[in-house]
Amino acid sequence: MDREWLRAVPRTGAAILFFLLLPALAFADGPQSVPSIFAPASTPASDIYGVSLFALAVTGGIFAVVGGLLAYALVRFRDKGDASDKREPAQIYGSTQIELAWTVIPILIVVVLFLTTARMIFAIQDAPKPPDALDVTVVGHQFWWEFRYPKLGIVTANELHVPLSPKDHPEPTYLKLYSADTDHSFWVPQLAGKTDLIPNHPNITWIEPQEPGLYLGQCAQFCGVEHAKMLLRVYVDTPAQFAAWVKNQEQPAVEDNEPEVLAGRRVFETEACMNCHAIRGTAATGRFGPDLTHLMSRSTIASGAVPNTEANLREWIKDPDYFKPGSLMPAMQLTNQQLDEVTAYLETLK
Amino acid sequence: MADRTFPVEGTLDLTPARPRENTWLETAHEWVTTVDHKKLGIMYVTYAIVFLLVGGAEAIAIRIQLMWPQNKFLSPEVFNQFFTMHGTTMVFLMGMPMIFGFANYLVPLMIGARDMAFPRLNAFSFWMTAFGGLLLYYSFLGGSGLYGVGSAPDVGWWAYAPLTARAFSPGHATDYWALALIVTGVGTIGTAINIIATVLSMRCKGMTLMRMPLFVWLSMVTSGLTLITITPLTAAQIMLLIDRYLGGHFFDTQAGGSATIWMHFFWIFGHPEVYVLVLPAFGIASEVIPVFSRKAIFGYPAMVAASVGIAFISTGVWAHHMFTIGMTSVSNAFFVLSTMLVGIPTGIKIFNWIATMWGGKIRFATPMLFLTAFVFQFLAAGLTGIMLAVAPFDWQLHNSYFVIAHFHYVLVGAIVFAIFGGLYYWFPKVTGRMLNEKWGKWNFWLFLIGFHVTFDTMHFVGILGMPRSIYTYMPDRGWNNLNLVVSIGAFIQAISVLIFAANLVWSLFRGEIAGNDPWDAWTLEWAAASPPPVYNFSTDPSVESRRPLWDLKHPEDPDWKYE
Repeated sequence: MDREWLRAVPRTGAAILFFLLLPALAFADGPQSVPSIFAPASTPASDIYGVSLFALAVTGGIFAVVGGLLAYALVRFRDKGDASDKREPAQIYGSTQIELAWTVIPILIVVVLFLTTARMIFAIQDAPKPPDALDVTVVGHQFWWEFRYPKLGIVTANELHVPLSPKDHPEPTYLKLYSADTDHSFWVPQLAGKTDLIPNHPNITWIEPQEPGLYLGQCAQFCGVEHAKMLLRVYVDTPAQFAAWVKNQEQPAVEDNEPEVLAGRRVFETEACMNCHAIRGTAATGRFGPDLTHLMSRSTIASGAVPNTEANLREWIKDPDYFKPGSLMPAMQLTNQQLDEVTAYLETLK
Repeated sequence: MADRTFPVEGTLDLTPARPRENTWLETAHEWVTTVDHKKLGIMYVTYAIVFLLVGGAEAIAIRIQLMWPQNKFLSPEVFNQFFTMHGTTMVFLMGMPMIFGFANYLVPLMIGARDMAFPRLNAFSFWMTAFGGLLLYYSFLGGSGLYGVGSAPDVGWWAYAPLTARAFSPGHATDYWALALIVTGVGTIGTAINIIATVLSMRCKGMTLMRMPLFVWLSMVTSGLTLITITPLTAAQIMLLIDRYLGGHFFDTQAGGSATIWMHFFWIFGHPEVYVLVLPAFGIASEVIPVFSRKAIFGYPAMVAASVGIAFISTGVWAHHMFTIGMTSVSNAFFVLSTMLVGIPTGIKIFNWIATMWGGKIRFATPMLFLTAFVFQFLAAGLTGIMLAVAPFDWQLHNSYFVIAHFHYVLVGAIVFAIFGGLYYWFPKVTGRMLNEKWGKWNFWLFLIGFHVTFDTMHFVGILGMPRSIYTYMPDRGWNNLNLVVSIGAFIQAISVLIFAANLVWSLFRGEIAGNDPWDAWTLEWAAASPPPVYNFSTDPSVESRRPLWDLKHPEDPDWKYE
């Protein structure tokens, strides 16, 4: 019988495995669209990566030894199917020495693993905060992120900008985490492990990113209907980029006197929009939804659900459930003309 | 017949009367009113298998939705309901009834008793559990209250506060969830008390504690652990209902309540709950592996000590589910240590199973196949558990698909595999017929392949940053192929479970007749008839060692000489 195909099985298997693991093996430095915990680009994440590899090595070693013994026992001591041999094997009830050995060795492994882990916990959690660290207040909402920079007077949403932290002169960003409603969790795998945002229970986490670029993450604690689309984008800016971004964000909203824009602003301020959204420099001061003062400086809307294009923005205002069914923004039943006008107005908020 | 005092010669039918067959109503009445531990055990297991199929169907729907990014098979609301119901069903309506079904059926037989200590409490407990399950599923019809359409609970099986507050979960879906768990919890506590009382007071002559089969030991330890863990869960559910309806503020963060208190309550229950489910699986392994390796269990006293040790340590590890909530570094370190300590008695168990196989003559019948896979998978699950215990690693892995993969390795790879093995092993005792071996092999190999395709792959999705509980994901995250593979594995498992269900029904009527002791086993239940009569044993058994049937079969080399 031709068993040629059988020989191809291991090769095909290896190819499939490689194809599957390809993304996991992307240990690339710097930002990537795959938020792999094994491609760290910031200090807590890279420390965690180190201790993770140690844990993987220890557990992998145990698996190889114990799994190997088990596999050996299964093959070596299987019933060979000799029906004439009716004898039972020798009955062995236990052995104090052997049992002591396999109690003591695991205890030693636990001691080593525990000490390594504890050291890392204290190093990350109790790290002293440098005086020139940037403070950001993060407030989790159903289903979006509010970012406030108390020292800079900036309020923005869903897209966090932080400065690069040079290796010789660390400038970490300290994030104070609050929740306005249910539990959320702040997780950008390439930057740091996750920390929960719990109402009545403020938390702190920090990042010290070393590669500029865009890092992706999302809410990691189930928070309601649209938990899946509570996405998170963190821009790590070079000092020049960050300064420019801050300068723009500190300005009040751009004034534009084109008739359609003015009409749009009127719609915004007379329909319910301004009850929930703030636009600095106007009458709109709502805090239930994201601050829109510099909406056009963000590359996505609906907390990262869709790109911030004019067509998407109009569709989002018309029917938020189209992109994000269950989001808390209501469809305001605007006429087509009102939609055009309010979109035109929002498009000016650079 | 009694009035026929003067039968006319030749008119009387003297052939022996055939036992009259019950009408279906009489049969139903007999099952509903029974207090027999065997009938209740069968009902528990049947109930669990039904919910295995229901919870499995929910899992399949979840996997269809996640096959592709931005799939629209399920709406977000329905997806959230399905993962909540899948988790709640599999833990409370599949896992718990299954292990209590096994314990109910087997413990009295294994210790040579005629029934449980409290037969009527036993029936009461079963029906409480059964009605709790129906109550939970009634939410699909009545969840939103009289005027709305139905809606099942959608807050996750962990139901973190304050998402469960009325502000965020209006309607009655969450109430059905809380009430159903209180009701099944009452049943669970009743059964736990019953098992402990039975083991402590109903053992036959010579059955000392240190001669009990390990399954009996583990059932008793599980029951003790159940009493400790169900209590805080029930308390928390009552507090939640007080919050929702009587203006309480335990978990109501808007009024100064604490969300973290719920987490503590839930995981003080939730973590030992995993051991409540896995300890009986250890028990099954400790019965099946020796019989099919043809050797006595290695290190029986160490196995008993390790079981009690695991149960004891497991009550002090709960906050390892909470490394990301912002506990102090000292608390985090404490729970790292306590969690890692569980690995030591667990390791002893795995080593003892391997040592039992060592030097044996291993027969790979279907029960042994399942239990072999159990040991492998439980080893892997334990090791990913150690990784998760490394708190900084957990800050990354927590709530990712890695965690989903880890606990399904425990709950499916260990517990469900052990349950399948146990069902194949004891089905002949319960019904008098063997489960079909050929279908059993199909069942095993498909389930093994499907399991690994699904859950091995899930680890990688988690490492790539995919969080749990999301109904959809962005196409650029590198998760697409992996999710498709995970879903394909789920379908393979579904086929395998359907083969099992078909095997069960077919073998019940057509299976090979088993006889009393088809596996050449050693514990007392195999001395009873298959199926055992209502009274189990016609005379009270008397034992002199851990393996009474070995002593009978090998009078030249009995166990009691060595114990």
